Amino acid sequence: MTHIHVLDQYQEGNSLVHRLDPRVKLILTLTFIVAITALRHGAWLSLMLLLLTASIIIAVSGIPPFRILKRSMIAIPFALVAITLVFTTTGEPLMTFRLASWYLSITHQGTIAFASILTKAWLAVLMASLLSMTTTFPELLSAMRALRLPKVIVSIISFMYRYIFVIADEALRLQRAREARSADPQDRGGGSLQWRAKVLGGMIGSLFLRSYERSERIYAAMLSRGFDGTIRTMTGRGLRATDLMICIAFIAHLLAVVVLAAVYT
Amino acid sequence: MEELSNKRGTSPEPGKRPRFPHGKSRPAIEFRGLSFTYPDGRQALDRISLTIQEGEKVALVGPNGAGKSTLLLHLNGILKGQGVVKVMGAQVGDGNLRVIRSQVGLVFQHPDDQLFSPTVFEDVAFGPLHMGLDEKEVRQRVSWALAQVGMERFENRISHHLSLGEKKRIAIATVLAMRPAIMALDEPSGELDPRARRGLIRLLRALPQTMLVATHDMRLVEELLPRTVILDEGKLVADGQTSKLLEDAELLEKHGLELP
Repeated sequence: MTHIHVLDQYQEGNSLVHRLDPRVKLILTLTFIVAITALRHGAWLSLMLLLLTASIIIAVSGIPPFRILKRSMIAIPFALVAITLVFTTTGEPLMTFRLASWYLSITHQGTIAFASILTKAWLAVLMASLLSMTTTFPELLSAMRALRLPKVIVSIISFMYRYIFVIADEALRLQRAREARSADPQDRGGGSLQWRAKVLGGMIGSLFLRSYERSERIYAAMLSRGFDGTIRTMTGRGLRATDLMICIAFIAHLLAVVVLAAVYT
Repeated sequence: MEELSNKRGTSPEPGKRPRFPHGKSRPAIEFRGLSFTYPDGRQALDRISLTIQEGEKVALVGPNGAGKSTLLLHLNGILKGQGVVKVMGAQVGDGNLRVIRSQVGLVFQHPDDQLFSPTVFEDVAFGPLHMGLDEKEVRQRVSWALAQVGMERFENRISHHLSLGEKKRIAIATVLAMRPAIMALDEPSGELDPRARRGLIRLLRALPQTMLVATHDMRLVEELLPRTVILDEGKLVADGQTSKLLEDAELLEKHGLELP
């Protein structure tokens, strides 16, 4: 049976990046993203330095650059919303259009703001993709626990990860069953839009009911093994000295880049 | 959620299970006049009385909807009906559920319900951790339980990527890690291919626990379980030696069962 691997971005590997402690990786990724947002619009030198840093880490991780580039592009459509900045930011006009009785100006400042936001969003997603491609999901979860994210939230993410596959497989089976019964000797093409919508609605309803019933069985299984409302997990092992050193060195590097952006105007 | 309860269960030490002083076996499971009606009004169990001695291996058979799974869920207080349920001599009630649940290992029919953690290790560790054991002991129990079911190298595997046979074995390990005195299994051999099924029967035969197995697999019953209880429409209709019951073709036919 074909499985759907929605969340499995992990790429097998044994690089330095793969072997780095997941807690350190999570902290560094978050710090990197904070560093990106701390930069002013148009701090190109600092942005280029961050991009260079990211490129070096990707090279070390051994992940094919094209694959990670493809993944990081998912942020672009969202960042494109910022295109309005090109017209709404006040500043010196580069170009002016006439739309009936309205004048639209593209400003220099607006263009820089837009390009900065686009680059920053893309770079942030690039780092997040790198994290998800070099760290297994269970490792990420244990890192979140170690960093004292609320246990309930980590548990919800953990259940989501465990059961999204199961539910996706169920959806796949329902879809196959529908296709198997959607035969038509005259081959007149699919049914009407209304009919299709009805079938889809039925499928969604059935998926919801199945998931609801499953949740009750899972809860019974948890109770049977002593669950009493307290979520207990194992504490992880201590940090290795090398992991800690890499963590400190990297944060110092990010700080330097941010300070550089502030000083160099 | 964390405030709900922090009481640690007082589970008996493995190997130090109390025995009757004069060496006689004592009842591990007792149902007395147990009835249960689902909220929708369907009566699932109708005055069930049944005693299972320590070390006995009992089959629970009957058509779909006979109440087999419902009966198993009464063993550790997940469902509560009218009547008395006793486990290792103690009546199942609100006060002792944690102790009861560490003594009854319930293996659910679908391993996807039983294995709810991302990795095999976390799933097998769940029971021992929630019994309040310390981490060293938990790790030992996980390795031990996985070795019992022959899945030593699966600790870091992601549950979703396992085959059904592997999932069934790990589901049994999740319960074994709690070192229960009683194992209650729901359809352990269902949907397994012949080889996985053979392996599972061998595994169950090697386990020393008192066993109550709800199943349709009459060959498993014949090979593994010397005593059989037939349930139909919530009533206990037959209870006896498996070899005798399996000779009574008329009885089996009447309750929707077949000869192995």
